[in-house]
Amino acid sequence: MGLSITLTINGARRAITLDDPRVTLLDLLRERLDLTGTKKGCDRGQCGACTVLLDGRRVNSCLALALSHDGADIVTIEGVAPGGQLHPVQAAFIAHDGFQCGFCTPGQIMSAIGMIREGQNWGSGAGDDPERVREAMSGNLCRCGAYVGITEAVLDAQRAIAEASRRDAA
Amino acid sequence: MNRFEYARPATLAEAVAAGAVPGAAYLAGGTNLMDLMKGGVMHPGHLVDISRLPGLDRIEWLSDGGVRIGALVRNADLAHETKFARQFPAVAEALLSGASAQLRNAATVGGNLLQRTRCAYFYDTASACNKRNPGAGCDAVGGENRLHAILGWSEHCIATNPSDFCVPLTALDAVVELQGPAGRRAIPLETFHLLPGSTPERETMMQQGELITAVCLPAEAARFAGNARYLKIRERTSYAFAVVSAAAALRLDGETIVEARIALGGVALKPWRPRTAEAMLAGARPDPAVFNRAAETALAGAKASGDNAFKIELARRIVVRALALAAAGTPERVPALPASPFAGAITHA
Ligand SMILES: Cc1cc2nc3c(=O)[nH]c(=O)nc-3n(C[C@H](O)[C@H](O)[C@H](O)COP(=O)(O)OP(=O)(O)OC[C@H]3O[C@@H](n4cnc5c(N)ncnc54)[C@H](O)[C@@H]3O)c2cc1C
Ligand code: SF4
Ligand code: FES
Ligand code: FES
Repeated sequence: MGLSITLTINGARRAITLDDPRVTLLDLLRERLDLTGTKKGCDRGQCGACTVLLDGRRVNSCLALALSHDGADIVTIEGVAPGGQLHPVQAAFIAHDGFQCGFCTPGQIMSAIGMIREGQNWGSGAGDDPERVREAMSGNLCRCGAYVGITEAVLDAQRAIAEASRRDAA
Repeated sequence: MNRFEYARPATLAEAVAAGAVPGAAYLAGGTNLMDLMKGGVMHPGHLVDISRLPGLDRIEWLSDGGVRIGALVRNADLAHETKFARQFPAVAEALLSGASAQLRNAATVGGNLLQRTRCAYFYDTASACNKRNPGAGCDAVGGENRLHAILGWSEHCIATNPSDFCVPLTALDAVVELQGPAGRRAIPLETFHLLPGSTPERETMMQQGELITAVCLPAEAARFAGNARYLKIRERTSYAFAVVSAAAALRLDGETIVEARIALGGVALKPWRPRTAEAMLAGARPDPAVFNRAAETALAGAKASGDNAFKIELARRIVVRALALAAAGTPERVPALPASPFAGAITHA
């Protein structure tokens, strides 16, 4: 097996040749594809800064071996606002001051998007319970301690997304 | 990270053959293996990627009422499978108390069973560690060891097994299915992990090349569904390993305990099943005095391995509390803070 893989990244199919099997999905995105929105905090699964959606699910890209995910569909922070229209989670983070320095923010936003999807898929949603939101977001550390704003933003975005899908269904 | 040969076999037979090569390691979700390779703690020359082997990602309900969980089922998918969570609520609660949502999305059932200890000296390649380097000694003895073992340890290794998932599984008589070069076999989880003795580098009953294909729970395990809990003490409320944890499950007939199951986490190099304490509870009333006596018995053989005598008393109290929670009944829904002693008790107004 060669070290050639294909990934769909933010909707675009990319054929990628790796010169080293050790490359993680995070390093592939940042160092080789110039998608530096995804951050490297700990590089060991402990902070959540590197969170991306892999086949629709939030994961830590620092612990994902790129080769192992040949064929996968990846969404990064660069892919959540096509056409420049802010994603509801992004808008809510701005409205609620869900950040200070911003380093953890791409990971927080990708994690929140993943969390809201999980609620829809598994019926395990946090609902309007801030305790459940905090627990579901506990894989994302924020060294600036913007947690209060983050929790409010996630609750608000969740409401906005639910409302929009009700409108669409009507 | 060391260089390695990467292979992604298409079939179980090919995977077993590739994994039998000395120095080969299986890659599933990678959440433990990648971490350990980055730290230079593990350095497999061959990485055998099993993450897409066909047929191992299913939860199968058996005709006798038991369940067979494929080794590649993701921790999150298992915890959120409605029927599974209803029949084995303590297992779902334990899974949801572990790691983070991102990690649970990647982590597999087989990988969870085989995750390595979190002993800091094991992780630090500059320290002496008998597990990493047999015969080198153990820097945890006499070192920073307040989180180390209180049961079943030896002077060769005082580490603990970090898995939450394995704790209720052990209480509920789970069985591990293996496929290896010599064929298939099944081992009760209770005897799957090994105590350190003088060979802490041997961690499980598995042989090189063997692969976990599934974990099974017997139909009887579902009889505890109405009274089954997992309780986990951490140094912060979420996203932390257990200092001490306990699974407790009761089968009640009115005011009488018909059968009790207990397992402890964070106390030994394997999930700890105090069967004598379980036996004491059969036929008794579910009250605090009875739970106290059972907990005393469960910890009777405990011994501090360093600055961790507090864990003995903590574990005793956690057993009492887990039994009381189980007796009170499994909640409708996994609490907002799974397995937390603070569930429902704190507000951040
Ligand atoms: C920051 C952090 C916090 C965590 N917190 C917790 C916690 O609170 N509680 C908890 O229980 N866990 C916790 N974990 C550990 C996590 O649960 C494990 O990393 C995960 O379950 C491992 O699964 P995996 O599929 O990613 O395994 P991998 O990393 O792919 O593999 C782990 C090991 O198992 C072997 N292996 C995997 N599958 C098989 C198989 N089918 N057959 C044979 N060998 C196999 C691999 O060779 C490797 O040695 C945490 C991890 C991190 C990084
Ligand atoms: S306690 Fe065990 S894992 Fe930790 S340093 Fe000693 S031998 Fe190694
Ligand atoms: S960089 Fe991946 S979790 Fe911290
Ligand atoms: S905004 Fe600075 S780390 Fe979160």
